[in-house]
Amino acid sequence: MKSRFRLESALLPAAAAAAIAALWWAAVVWTKTNVFPSPAAVARGIAELARKGLLLAYVRDSLLRVAAGYGAALAVGIPLGVILGWRPEAGRAANPVIQFLRPISPLAWIPVAIVLFGVNDGAAIFLIFLASLFPILVSAMNGVRGVPAMYRQAGANFGLAPGALLARVVFPAALPEILTGLRIALGVAWIVVVAAEMIAVNSGLGYLVIDSRNAGKRYDLVVAAMLLIGAIGLLLNILVQRVSRLRAVRWGFREEAS
Amino acid sequence: MIPQPPAGNKGGRVNSAGLTDPETAVPRPLPVRRSRLIPFAGIALLLVLWDLAIRFGNVPLLPGPVAVARAIGELAYRGFLVKHLVASLFRVTWGYLLAVSVGVPFGILLALYRRGGLALAPLVEVVRPISALAWIPLAILWFGVGDLSSVFIIFIASVFPLAVAAMSAVEGVSSTHWNAGRNFGLSAGEIGRRVLLPAILPRLLVGLRLALGIAWLVVVAAEMIAVNSGLGFLIIDARNAGNRYDLVVAGMVLIGAIGLGLDFAMRRMEGLPALRWGYAGGAETP
Amino acid sequence: MTAALAPVPGRTKLAIRGVEMTFRGGDAEVRVLEGIDLDVREAEFVCILGPSGCGKSTLLNIVAGFLAPTAGTVRIDGEDVRGPDPRRIFVFQERGVFPWLTVEGNIGFGLGRLAKEERQRRIRHYVRLVGLEGFEKAYPHELSGGMKQRVEVARALAVDPDMLYLDEPFGALDSITRLEMRRELLRIWHAEKKTILFVTHDIEESVQLADRVVVLSARPARIRRIVEIDLPHPRDLSARRYLELRDGIFEEIGLAHKV
Repeated sequence: MKSRFRLESALLPAAAAAAIAALWWAAVVWTKTNVFPSPAAVARGIAELARKGLLLAYVRDSLLRVAAGYGAALAVGIPLGVILGWRPEAGRAANPVIQFLRPISPLAWIPVAIVLFGVNDGAAIFLIFLASLFPILVSAMNGVRGVPAMYRQAGANFGLAPGALLARVVFPAALPEILTGLRIALGVAWIVVVAAEMIAVNSGLGYLVIDSRNAGKRYDLVVAAMLLIGAIGLLLNILVQRVSRLRAVRWGFREEAS
Repeated sequence: MIPQPPAGNKGGRVNSAGLTDPETAVPRPLPVRRSRLIPFAGIALLLVLWDLAIRFGNVPLLPGPVAVARAIGELAYRGFLVKHLVASLFRVTWGYLLAVSVGVPFGILLALYRRGGLALAPLVEVVRPISALAWIPLAILWFGVGDLSSVFIIFIASVFPLAVAAMSAVEGVSSTHWNAGRNFGLSAGEIGRRVLLPAILPRLLVGLRLALGIAWLVVVAAEMIAVNSGLGFLIIDARNAGNRYDLVVAGMVLIGAIGLGLDFAMRRMEGLPALRWGYAGGAETP
Repeated sequence: MTAALAPVPGRTKLAIRGVEMTFRGGDAEVRVLEGIDLDVREAEFVCILGPSGCGKSTLLNIVAGFLAPTAGTVRIDGEDVRGPDPRRIFVFQERGVFPWLTVEGNIGFGLGRLAKEERQRRIRHYVRLVGLEGFEKAYPHELSGGMKQRVEVARALAVDPDMLYLDEPFGALDSITRLEMRRELLRIWHAEKKTILFVTHDIEESVQLADRVVVLSARPARIRRIVEIDLPHPRDLSARRYLELRDGIFEEIGLAHKV
């Protein structure tokens, strides 16, 4: 039964994708559009990008920006979140600030980013940093705050000093929740890098989306870029999910038996 | 008469006896009056730091808090505040409601029909990471520059998180409840109405709230590109048309405030007594 | 709502023949139940006893129609069991209570087809029967575990089923509440004369409650022995016969008397 399930979960999406591609192609033919690309045209577009060496270069540039912004968010967000969660009064002071800043779209920060960094990678990375910071910060805060007092008491009982308590009890206990925040933040980072590139720089997948249209109505490249964005986003998500399956943290994600 | 959890046990997990687990309760160390001031202290600190940074930092263009406050006043006085606000809210409402009416049923169906879920869920996972803004060229191609495009962008941005939230809410319904529904001889439609829908409501509402937040983030971005009214437009235009950074930041502040307000309103809905059962025992969601 | 058939003591209500259950998880096959044959009479109280994980809940789920066995048949009143049926209500542990409905709402859940007055009357009757007056408008998350369990029992009884299936219903309760709930259950059983199948891992509980105790082996579960409990109700927990029967089962399962 397991192998049948495996077969189905591979075949069915493939079948669905094929069906959608067929509908797409039919729609293109039926409406006789000159502009909107057929699936074949998109495939050829991807091949063209690969041939020109742009494919890898653009993907690499986007990923590098994500790595920089996301990395910075990790470096700031986790320690800050842990501290804010550890000291509830500090958390309560910071909370309104966080709740207020969070709904401001990273793209609304663009003018500020440009003033601070100029129109270049720095601005884009700053935006990614901002966007990823909040999920990480909030989940670190909540994770630490949600550690049952029982665990802290047990740690203290064994004579752990606060520093060791934090490192050996609180942080591991909070890790599953933090990982969830990391996964969300990575998803956000990937969305924002694409958006940031459309506006502030001139390489990367987001740039490709806008430039293909502006520089020549190359909608085949637009759609090709979109599909690549989707595929890489999915891969990133799977990557983080793999991390949450590691035995060191799997305990936090096990479903309750009903 | 009804057993109440002991006073002062806020935020703890509810154990199987239905009482707040004292082990997980968050203690309240400060007297009430002082603790109420703390949130304001945070904001006050932020404002002070901001003001100092502008005064003594080397950023000639960026405004301090006072200049921003004046800019907001200016907008209100000239009638633009309401105009832009309404425009943005209008687009969000349409895009979001469309996304709810498409995404939620779709997600529920994906969860209920195993084969459909297996077939389509991976495809949704591929489309979901595509930033809504990457759809802008297509939106303009299909709908032209204007309101319809930005509503479409908001729709695209919210529909996938909504579908996923609905799917996971349905998957989270305990099999005990399904079985109880079947045991009492309910028809499929009745089970859907009397067991499924009430059971998914709390988690679904959380998903709705998060998706509304996404819709609000995106409306601002969508406006920067496709239209000529609204808070997003204000931000870009204020910069382009004269480096009015005080208006830019004023726009940002307003965006933050509205976003906060929307989030707050949705949380209120989650707190309704008929729904509060869904939260007995969960930590606060982001 | 069909009225329960007037119970004819001695007549076979439930007939289980050759039931087997094998789960296929991953690439492994797990044999849970093997060759189960059992007859249950009308108005009988039968306990299914076994260690945790032996498959007794699986057996109950099969009898209730939530699972189909890999082999064998289950017949009630001569008809094959094909799925869950409101004439035979399953009482889950307290988690089966619907958290979005009040006590009233839960108890009245299966009564949708009745006229409003009749429904109210029944709800009031069963609220009183399980001792929850005053809590009609309370939500489950405001109640203790024992109270939630009582809501569940009331909900099951309200539709007047012929049979009740209980799957370790008192497992999550403290031992004092458990004793009270057992007494309640017996009182209700005497009053309403339902046929009851009760799954438990607690030897004492089975001897305190049942007319017959079906002792299952560890996985794959087979019926080791069926013990007739010929004690009158109310059962004296210090009577010699009680202790004999209890110790007999202890020995059957291979447990020592000393801790």
